Amino acid sequence: MPDLGKYAVEVGLAYGVSLALLVGIVWISFVQSRSANHDLDAAEERWKNG
Amino acid sequence: MKSLLVRDLRLAVRAGGGFGLALAFFLIVTVLVPFGVGPTTSTLVPIAPGILWVGALLACLLSLERILATDWEDGSLELLATSPLPLEALVVVKALAHWLTTGLPLTIAAPVFAVLLNLPGPGYPWLVASLAVGTPALSMIGTFGAALTFGLKRGGLLLSLLVLPLYIPTLIFGADTVRRGVEGLEPGTPLLLLAGITAGSIAVLPFAGAAALRVNLR
Amino acid sequence: MSLWEYANPRRFMAITDRVVAPAFGLAFLALAVGLIWGFFFTPDDFRQGATVKIIYLHVPSAMMAINIWVMMLVTSLVWLIRRHHVSALAAKAAAPVGATMTLIALLTGAIWGQPLWGTYWVWDPRLTSFLILFLFYLGYIALWASIEDPDAAADLTSVLCLVGSVFALLSRYAANFWARGFHQGATLSLDRDENISDVFWVPLLFCIAGFILLFIALVLMRTRTEIRRRRVHAITIRERAT
Repeated sequence: MPDLGKYAVEVGLAYGVSLALLVGIVWISFVQSRSANHDLDAAEERWKNG
Repeated sequence: MKSLLVRDLRLAVRAGGGFGLALAFFLIVTVLVPFGVGPTTSTLVPIAPGILWVGALLACLLSLERILATDWEDGSLELLATSPLPLEALVVVKALAHWLTTGLPLTIAAPVFAVLLNLPGPGYPWLVASLAVGTPALSMIGTFGAALTFGLKRGGLLLSLLVLPLYIPTLIFGADTVRRGVEGLEPGTPLLLLAGITAGSIAVLPFAGAAALRVNLR
Repeated sequence: MSLWEYANPRRFMAITDRVVAPAFGLAFLALAVGLIWGFFFTPDDFRQGATVKIIYLHVPSAMMAINIWVMMLVTSLVWLIRRHHVSALAAKAAAPVGATMTLIALLTGAIWGQPLWGTYWVWDPRLTSFLILFLFYLGYIALWASIEDPDAAADLTSVLCLVGSVFALLSRYAANFWARGFHQGATLSLDRDENISDVFWVPLLFCIAGFILLFIALVLMRTRTEIRRRRVHAITIRERAT
């Protein structure tokens, strides 16, 4: 770990927040993609059988 | 076109039309601020231009929802759309009616409210000038926003969210004009920029508003 | 092959099917290289100390915040002119990513400035412009969410994007004017134009590349999601009719 000196809080906060937001948007996007996939499969199943 | 304007004005002036509402709201904001920040003159003087402009802006926002939504609800908007009047003209008339019933009264009443906020003497003419030049922009931008949202339930909230960021440049230059007038600096620059925004809005937004109306009336 | 070939939803789905995963992989790689290199293997700045390391997040996210809005503007225009659904949906998909990037730029910018300014927020013209941009993103996303009919939503949000773009530019200029007008003397804005010496530059490039790749991966995946959602909507409508 480099010596962040007196700015450890700031740098840590900046990195923490940014990475959390990036992980967040990626994760949400994956969840939404999976959910839409599921809904589409179900809808097409209904359409074929209905 | 003129008859539409007259009709809108008459509706606004009648009870429940919201004519006095904007003025009353402006008064409320003006009265509330000293309660919030303290009555000291030295506190109020520097913020007076900003408060007056923000108050005027919020008062304009308040009456925006009605300009299209009420016509939409009773079906008269669709009727108007089928008339030979082009939609762009309809948008302009609506904006003009809004300004005549909101922006113009605010401009005239502002000096009185400015006294409550201890606006220094040199600022008064610039207050009136900036509001006179800037409130038409507020009406035009607001009408565009109303065209986007009038069909929605609780469109008023979304309207505010959409319109307020669009209002920011007008607010910046408007308040700055008054501030510079108070301080004896050159207020011409922000006033000119404000005029530019108003002119640009009136030139372009009727088309954008008409496009939005067309979509919503499909 | 003309770009318009991708406009067909079916083609778009087929072509992007095998692009998304590698795009994420490359993005992760570039970000890992850039951030690790930048964080662990670059020196501190003479004046700013270790806070200069925030540059590796702040600069790429700020670039993306603006470029994503530009992309939305272009795709909105394509929708209005050529009525390609994929284009409209791509704009819708990009917006939350853009909003996130703007938020990252805002937060890193504020945190970076804190040692310099003594507070976590200052109405610096650049930060203010990004705050206004964030509001525009929120409004755009809210409008998409409020309108049921997909084509009407696409049309109205496209018009909003166009008008918003003009006002965003206007706001940038106005914010500069406004901040200077407050007699604050020397500008407080983070001087990104200061010479970034080579030792910072290369890891920064990796980070910028990483952010771009991440955006591409996300927008492709999210557009695919929107296309699927639209198809579900179409099926549901047909079901109700029969």
